[in-house]
Amino acid sequence: MLEGFLIGITTAFSITNILMVIGGCLIGTFIGMLPGLGPMSIIAIMIPVAITIGDPSAALILLAGVYYGAVFGGSTSSILINAPGVASTVATSFDGYPMARRGEAGKALTIAAISSFCGGTIGAILLMIFAPMLASVALLFHSAEYFALMVVGLSAIAAFAGTGQVGKALMMTILGLIMATVGEGALFNMPRFTMGIMDLQSGFNFITLAMAMFALPEAIFLVLDPARSKTKGDKDSGKISGLRISRAEARAIAPVIGRQSIQGFLIGVLPGAGATIASFLGYAVERNLATKEEQKHFGHGSIKGLAAPETANNAASTGSFVPLLTLGIPGSGTTAILLGALIALNVTPGPRLMVDKPEVFWAVIISMYLGNLILLILNLPLIPYIAKILAVPRTFLIPFILFFTLMGSYIGQNNSTELLILIGLGVCATVLRFADYPLAPLLIGFILGRMLEDNFARSMQLYDGIGFILERPMTLGLLILAGVLVLLPSYRARRARMRARGIADGD
Amino acid sequence: MALDRWIALVFLILCLVYGFAAFFAMDAGLPPFMQRNPIWPSTFPKILACLGVVVSLAVLLGFEKSDKGHVASDINYRRLHEYKLGQALLLIGAMVAYALLLRPIGFLSATFLFLVVGGLTLGERRYVLLVAIAAFAAGVVWYLVQQVLGIFLSPLPSFLPHLL
Repeated sequence: MLEGFLIGITTAFSITNILMVIGGCLIGTFIGMLPGLGPMSIIAIMIPVAITIGDPSAALILLAGVYYGAVFGGSTSSILINAPGVASTVATSFDGYPMARRGEAGKALTIAAISSFCGGTIGAILLMIFAPMLASVALLFHSAEYFALMVVGLSAIAAFAGTGQVGKALMMTILGLIMATVGEGALFNMPRFTMGIMDLQSGFNFITLAMAMFALPEAIFLVLDPARSKTKGDKDSGKISGLRISRAEARAIAPVIGRQSIQGFLIGVLPGAGATIASFLGYAVERNLATKEEQKHFGHGSIKGLAAPETANNAASTGSFVPLLTLGIPGSGTTAILLGALIALNVTPGPRLMVDKPEVFWAVIISMYLGNLILLILNLPLIPYIAKILAVPRTFLIPFILFFTLMGSYIGQNNSTELLILIGLGVCATVLRFADYPLAPLLIGFILGRMLEDNFARSMQLYDGIGFILERPMTLGLLILAGVLVLLPSYRARRARMRARGIADGD
Repeated sequence: MALDRWIALVFLILCLVYGFAAFFAMDAGLPPFMQRNPIWPSTFPKILACLGVVVSLAVLLGFEKSDKGHVASDINYRRLHEYKLGQALLLIGAMVAYALLLRPIGFLSATFLFLVVGGLTLGERRYVLLVAIAAFAAGVVWYLVQQVLGIFLSPLPSFLPHLL
């Protein structure tokens, strides 16, 4: 472990990689601040650039930097103009925006930056402890367990989708899996479901799919509803001063940061939960723990209410790297896109990653410390200037977003049919979003689809049939867990309804 | 019927077609030696088709009650006509045109036209600024992709070959 750690330090501290972190954080902050563009869209747009770099460590460091930068940028726009760019920073705006209205924008940004830094750093320490442990357990897994584990991951993502959404999320997961079967599989040299279209011979391209699922619908929504990109920037973001926080305030938020780093990290590790749930839960928990006097301030510019979601969402972002790096199973849309990028770079994430490519594994973890530090020292003084981007008129902004989406998909393939596929899928994705279908499960299903089928096929061949499910107790156990995860929410909802009906009857 | 159930219906039909292909059409061309394998190229799609039918029926028939308080977080499609639908459709049209024109008229002119048309569609009326920014952006992006990333992008129309 120590050896790997040292390799990681040397890799992460090379000049190129430090530049990658700095560049990634800056780009992420810049774009993440634009209302409506979340980390997923930004990473999708950056992937072609990362793949062209070629070196997997550098590419992953760049993308991870973009990720933290985007999360941080999202908080900034939540605080300054009450326009959260991402769902995970909605809770930040509850107390951050009131503070900015009071003229304490500088203080709010400082607290957000410090909380993010602590959440991310404590998360990275926990990641360093937990990931190798989990990876050593995961080395015992065979393809049958991998198959079952991926099924658990996919079911968990659907199960955490929320009340009334489980069926829809499952449908999207299956659609993703179906889309993954298009083209020539790895095990059979036989084109499947290509409908005779040559461009589908190698299947759907994952960058195109990622763009079509996230960047394009978001841009179309920005066009449809001008209020989404409303930039009230000129009156608020102009004056950001008083970045200092007092000692008493620091003492007040310290325990909040400690608790939320750990809680956020653990939530982030769970597949499907992720930063959004972590931030809302963190906010709720801290409000309950606060004294009566403090509770009154929540929602009206409480520093604790600002520190809690900020810490939690950054710790959760770091936590979501645990299943990605140790099992090769992404728990969120963002890590799914990172997984796709890694596969495109010929790196297979999983328990062997730590053994086979320690430089990638450790460099990413080390770069997390570096990224958090850079966000703190670079962005804090630069924020007043970066915030100027909020004043870019949408007549310029939107055509450029669309253009970069098209370019991202084009330069990977150099094929203009790919663009037509992108637009077609993007329009479909927009319709799905109208009907409130979650799109992240589709992408995760698509990316896991190939691996799921490969592991399934391998176990089928080893055990000459479906027998592996019964012969390997762990596989059976995991599959039962997957079934329980899917059925539990609807069972609980049904029981709650029954109980409610019983009460209504006077029972 | 609400939009989400229409989508479930479409998905059900998709699964049926997909399932038909997996169960009846795909295995016809399977060579004899592969037929002795426990797993066929159609095995996994068959499972997916069955699962897909079950899940889409569950959504279509509304087995899972959603809470009434759940508000669609994004745009309400029932009031679609109140939004800037025309602009969105025009921009989608512009993207399709971009995809079709990219090869014939070259990257530089296609990108320039797309950015100008996009800006005009969204209501930008500072023509000189728009044209200047579009031309500058097309040039810079071409330079970055071609020279820095090293990916070939044909910059000029196909009838004006090899000037750059």
